[in-house]
Amino acid sequence: MKPLTRLTAVAAPLLLDNIDTDTIIPSREIRSTGKTGLAAGLFAGWRYRSPAGREPEPSFVLNRQRYAQAHILLAGSNFGCGSSREHAVWALAEYGIRVVVAPSFAPIFFGNCLRNGVLPAVIPGATIRELAQAIEADPQGNPLTVDVRAQSVALPDGRSWSFPLEAEPKAMLTEGLDAIDLTLRLRARIDAFLQRDRAQRPWIYLGAER
Amino acid sequence: MLAIDRIFLHERTGAVALGSLAASGRHVADPRRAFCVMDHIVDTRPGRGDRTLMPQGQAFISETRRAALEAGLTLYDVNDPDQGIMHVISPELGIVLPGCTLVAPDSHTCTQGAFGALAWGIGSSDAEHALATGTLRVRRPRSLRVLISGHLAAGVTAKDLGLALIARHGAGGAKGCAIEFAGEAVRALDMEARMTLCNLASEFSAMTALIAPDEVALAYLQGRRYAPEGESWSQAEAHWRRLASDPGACFDEELSLDASATEPMVSWGVSPAESAAVTGVVPPTAAQRPLAYMGLRAGQALRGIPIDAAFIGSCTNSRVSDLRRAAALLKGRHVAPAVAAICVPGSSAVKRAAEAEGLDLIFQSAGFEWRESGCSMCFYAGGESFRPGSRVISSTNRNFEGRQGPGVRTHIASPETVAASAIAGALADPRELLS
Ligand code: SF4
Repeated sequence: MKPLTRLTAVAAPLLLDNIDTDTIIPSREIRSTGKTGLAAGLFAGWRYRSPAGREPEPSFVLNRQRYAQAHILLAGSNFGCGSSREHAVWALAEYGIRVVVAPSFAPIFFGNCLRNGVLPAVIPGATIRELAQAIEADPQGNPLTVDVRAQSVALPDGRSWSFPLEAEPKAMLTEGLDAIDLTLRLRARIDAFLQRDRAQRPWIYLGAER
Repeated sequence: MLAIDRIFLHERTGAVALGSLAASGRHVADPRRAFCVMDHIVDTRPGRGDRTLMPQGQAFISETRRAALEAGLTLYDVNDPDQGIMHVISPELGIVLPGCTLVAPDSHTCTQGAFGALAWGIGSSDAEHALATGTLRVRRPRSLRVLISGHLAAGVTAKDLGLALIARHGAGGAKGCAIEFAGEAVRALDMEARMTLCNLASEFSAMTALIAPDEVALAYLQGRRYAPEGESWSQAEAHWRRLASDPGACFDEELSLDASATEPMVSWGVSPAESAAVTGVVPPTAAQRPLAYMGLRAGQALRGIPIDAAFIGSCTNSRVSDLRRAAALLKGRHVAPAVAAICVPGSSAVKRAAEAEGLDLIFQSAGFEWRESGCSMCFYAGGESFRPGSRVISSTNRNFEGRQGPGVRTHIASPETVAASAIAGALADPRELLS
């Protein structure tokens, strides 16, 4: 996983509530059993003029020149609701979005972000609107700086806001750690637990003698 | 860190998790407790094989099959007699059990919490983690009790309870909590209705939902293939009977709902939260964006809005009791002339059970297509869909923009509301057909 510690980049506002993962990447855009080749399908329903085509819809925020090179997305509440498809995060990451700032996230999407080096930063809606307003006149000249270790989002004028992030996901993001590796190191303890559990709940362990 | 007792994969996201696992040289920790089914993109037209209308769909099916068999998982393949939507077949086979942890890379895994299991949807990376280690790193969720009092009137269902709750508190209303559904109205639901209710927790932004296991749950599970038997059942039962919240238990959040005051609901917008009683109107304060997509006006009466198609199916409402209730309204009637109507049983077992009761004949003589089981047109993966701009009344769980196809306008509702609307050719109140 690509580590994420600090990022200064253009932020694009998409301040709608309940943006679902079908919208982030429509199912029809998931064409292979891999994790790549998804960026072109990001927000396909809003980003292109027709469902089958690739002609950009000029009014969509990510198609506007003023938000070119956006690596940060400002969004509304309950972002990433709906389908569990991790493709939504893979598409965002492949497109170049490393941080999504929203008042709240759907739980599965939140976890998926952390597994893929994308920061879901929870910041109150009023603050996000203030951020969007502050950068609106000149998004390119007003990049946001996100510092994962300091848990802060800052404007170039020095105003800054903090977001919550627990120690473990923080370490995973900043060090680009692989969760499976970390867990497999605990194999002996896991096996000991399973042995005790098997005695207590034998019906759970299928295929073993019951 | 939680031990994961059961893992379920499907062909839409299974191959990516298994493929990534294999590519990293890891293997499935305990394949005997990992299952896989072909449900999402399989064809549901009669006489199906691997071919599917979704472009590249066949690759998802064949790669998932190969990866699942290589990893030693139990696979319910396209034409297996036990095939069906995972949240329908897992209970049917007794794979989900009270008190177990069950995960799947599918957001409606919360459906299975109806049995008092901790069952929740995860992404592919976490699925890979669960497969490889038999565990998941999870943060203990905050708890939310939803107390549902009163009694459902005839023609009002668990689906309406779920939509009413979400409409009142918003699609983010559960704020990532684990929900316990409790109260006399919940106790009075059968297992299939409880699954419908828990299914909608996904649309409420809950981590999951559960219902304390009781006689109803135990009676449902006894004798199922993977449920314990004999001595083992007695031991399990004693354990399961303790899985209830203490009488004075404190929850982080509490919500309540009166079942008696709940009416048949139908969505008017592009989020399940944008729902109202079918006897009501599109809220005068509705935002412009959903109205433009749905082709509706603020203040417009819902009843009487003409529809082009009707769909009964999905992990929310495709079990045999759902089909029975819809069939009761369809019997001796016919869908309106221009309405394309489709019924997709939730599992092959549901299909057989429905056929044994003659429900297939009722659906077919009413003008419904009768399909093989699967997710079918609950979502659009590039294959079969309704016409752009068409208006569909659907027993599914998501009315997102494009969910059932580009430009398709989905109204979600109970199977009886779908049936009544199909007959009327317009959004309709099922209570008007009850004799
Ligand atoms: S029926 Fe629909 S909601 Fe349920 S698992 Fe299938 S695609 Fe998902």
